[in-house]
Amino acid sequence: MNISRRFALLGVAGAAGAAGLISLSGTNVPPAGVPAIADTAPPVALRREKVNLVAPPHVHPHNQVANQPPAIKEFKLTVEEKKIVVDEDGTTMHAMTYNGSIPAPLMVVHEGDYIELTLVNPATNTMAHNIDFHAATGALGGAALTLINPGEQTVLRFKATRPGVFVYHCAPGGPMIPWHVVSGMSGVVMVLPRDGLKDAQGRPLHYDRIYYVGESDFYIPRDEKGKFKSYDSAGEAYTETEQAMRGLIPSHVVFNGKVGALTGKNAMTSHVGETVLIVHSQANRDTRPHLIGGHGDYVWESGKFSNPPETNLETWFVRGGSAGAALYTFRQPGVYAYVNHNLIEAALLGATAHFKVDGKWNDDLMTQVQAPTPIKTA
Amino acid sequence: MTCLVKSICGAAVLVAAIMVPRAAAAGAIEPPALVALKPGELQYWAAGEFTRDGKPADAPHVTVQMSTPLSIMRHEVSVGDYNRCVADKACVPLSDGQTNPDLPAVMVSFNDATAYAAWLSKQSGAHYRLPTDAEWTYAAGHRAPNEAPLGKADAVARWVAQYTRESQAAPVDTRPQPIGHFGASENGLVDIAGNVWEWTDSCYTRTVLDAAGQPVGHGTVNCGVRIAEGRHRAYVVDFIRDARAGGCAAGIPPSNLGFRLVRDDKSVWSLF
Repeated sequence: MNISRRFALLGVAGAAGAAGLISLSGTNVPPAGVPAIADTAPPVALRREKVNLVAPPHVHPHNQVANQPPAIKEFKLTVEEKKIVVDEDGTTMHAMTYNGSIPAPLMVVHEGDYIELTLVNPATNTMAHNIDFHAATGALGGAALTLINPGEQTVLRFKATRPGVFVYHCAPGGPMIPWHVVSGMSGVVMVLPRDGLKDAQGRPLHYDRIYYVGESDFYIPRDEKGKFKSYDSAGEAYTETEQAMRGLIPSHVVFNGKVGALTGKNAMTSHVGETVLIVHSQANRDTRPHLIGGHGDYVWESGKFSNPPETNLETWFVRGGSAGAALYTFRQPGVYAYVNHNLIEAALLGATAHFKVDGKWNDDLMTQVQAPTPIKTA
Repeated sequence: MTCLVKSICGAAVLVAAIMVPRAAAAGAIEPPALVALKPGELQYWAAGEFTRDGKPADAPHVTVQMSTPLSIMRHEVSVGDYNRCVADKACVPLSDGQTNPDLPAVMVSFNDATAYAAWLSKQSGAHYRLPTDAEWTYAAGHRAPNEAPLGKADAVARWVAQYTRESQAAPVDTRPQPIGHFGASENGLVDIAGNVWEWTDSCYTRTVLDAAGQPVGHGTVNCGVRIAEGRHRAYVVDFIRDARAGGCAAGIPPSNLGFRLVRDDKSVWSLF
């Protein structure tokens, strides 16, 4: 075929288009587990199972290795707009939440299952909301099909084709998207491989306990004296909040919705010898989790279980708009801090959680040879 | 004059509430309300850290004789009080947002508190100062945390137990409350061990003990870190105003930092 100079400047795709033919690259092998493009048959006669969600940092009961064939897992999220306190000074924020918590609950299914979500926006709310599942395929993650006004509900079903931890969040459109997300509307779906987690050699990895730490960045405006402002409604707060958001410097970076939410009486717990999976999400902004005193034995930093985990990490990177997962077996008792290792954000903006771990101390791993004493002279 | 009989480990302490009106010079501030505690004996778990044989050891239980009457402010220094010192340019202004004069002054460092004490002393002609840790514990009576050692064999178990204890004692609402909100101790000290940790003059110490539990040598004294007392004993760097983000906190930090002062003055009983 004769490719004129004009078509050549448009590039190969343009030339192919001009020739009236677009060649689809359907010949690439899809990543493990993802069905071929032609596979479009919806699920028929699949078993249904209703799942009751629990508030983070806990996760609803589930099997790690699937012991039943794929099913349609039914979940329900109810949008709740509410005023919350975000720090120990009593600073308030008009939050937007799924099921009343920040982050929203973690949903667990297996690869090949379907998630059927009923999304409800009660008439007591003031704004339209929807949901974008990063684990889903098409329609802006479902956002294009789920926009509901106060007083409405909708049901969306999607197939969990890719194993990993994936963020979901509200995405009503335009500037509303970042505003709803930094107001608290995000959570995680975990799609486990049907035969459970594996290391790089394909050996099974199992967790005794799972925690979901959802990290949020808030942008609460300050007055001319530097004091945080409070407003009578989210709408009243919007203009100044948007200005604060444009500065890209959060006023608060918190776990589980407020400064100190996972410390003190609400510290996470474990014991020596227990293996914990820590799922960490950040729907908007990069973070770098670190377990002070521990490590990441096996870490899916980008959160996708079809990739072998990295091992022996000190700190891992969770890019904004994603979730990661880290597996660790505690070896020492004590208090651990689990932080975003931008230490300014950890200590001054709130991005710190604690683990309280009991058990027997291992003197081989570490020992205090001599407690601090005055410097010996001569 | 009301008398309350109270026991600290068997010692009876008589308490009197006293106003101290002095001849008012033009523009002089109203002297603070004081509570006078009679001399007595204090038995308490010593402050600071202790080692024996190169390993952490429990704090000893010590007896301290409070041999002179102790006059201590009934209330924490308020925002209004502190701002008079600021107006005189003798104190660094409080952090923004402290606009209610009837709340306790918080986000106050040890250095701020001693500057206020120096100013108040100059204004009044009396000698005001921060209490020592022993004096604060004596004054706080049953509200003093006076935490018994946890009796754990190893440092880590001790650490976890201390964290748990501090978590359980932590105030639910950490925002400063109007003066009087936390009521008075049996000694009449208002709001003591509420949600404001009060600076003492006492420095952080680490003492070496011998096998018999007696101090050996000079130990370590770090006066860059002072004891702030409240629902638990905290050790905080002297220039820190916001203990939630700074200081030596390895557990639960103080909710707020503020202070009340002791007055060293023999003529505390004057009635006109």
